[in-house]
Amino acid sequence: MSFTIAKQGDVSIVAIDGQLIVSNRQELKQKMLDELEGGARKILVDFSQTGYIDSSGLGVLVSLSKKIREQGGALRLAGLNEDLRTLFELTKLDTLFQISDTRAQALASF
Amino acid sequence: MSGAPHPRGDARLLEFEIPNDVRHIERVVEEIRAECRRWRYDDRQLALNVPVALTEALSNAILRGNNDDRDKLVRVRAWIDTLQLVVEIMDQGAGFDLEACAADPTTPDRLLDEDGRGLYLMLRLMDQVERLESAGFNVVRMTLRRAS
Repeated sequence: MSFTIAKQGDVSIVAIDGQLIVSNRQELKQKMLDELEGGARKILVDFSQTGYIDSSGLGVLVSLSKKIREQGGALRLAGLNEDLRTLFELTKLDTLFQISDTRAQALASF
Repeated sequence: MSGAPHPRGDARLLEFEIPNDVRHIERVVEEIRAECRRWRYDDRQLALNVPVALTEALSNAILRGNNDDRDKLVRVRAWIDTLQLVVEIMDQGAGFDLEACAADPTTPDRLLDEDGRGLYLMLRLMDQVERLESAGFNVVRMTLRRAS
């Protein structure tokens, strides 16, 4: 897994390339916490280049969403393919996150 | 060990023995997934069912079964043919009660929990998940019928 963090206006866009699983979730969590500590309050995670996600990856997203909300921020998800959407639906996390089809739609939703 | 799961004669058998370290999970998953691809498993199964359920089972074996102990090992055996994938993940832990650990993580009081979705996903993504007794090893066997 590799990921990039880019800024578009006041939104931090985190793009995940590859798998988000137990072996790399802490790396992602720390980078996003660093963003939050650096003042970011609008965070968008783009999954358009993501392979699969395991329960640890889902758990990190849940944990981050709570921390971002506690700081008065907002988290948006975008670019999930059909398989990733199924994963969110199976776990009912699609009811917890605001999920947009595209990065542009997610940006417009803040 | 746990006894063969009655694979067909032409089934391909893959075997692994990996150190108890989550960094080894992805390689095992990719090799089994590649073999399933050669047997023309469905795209959905290749992208979702196989990798996610396998990652969960291996993660459970390493972190919970073997308690993240670097001196322990995890063994994997996978039989793949045109009908099904049968995979056994063996750790050196004491085992667990499948029923007791399969609480529903989608209820409102558990939806915000960080943990507790692994076994649930294995059960939802595989056709069968069993825990077997075996001397010295705790075995989880998962079966996925190839989608036609």
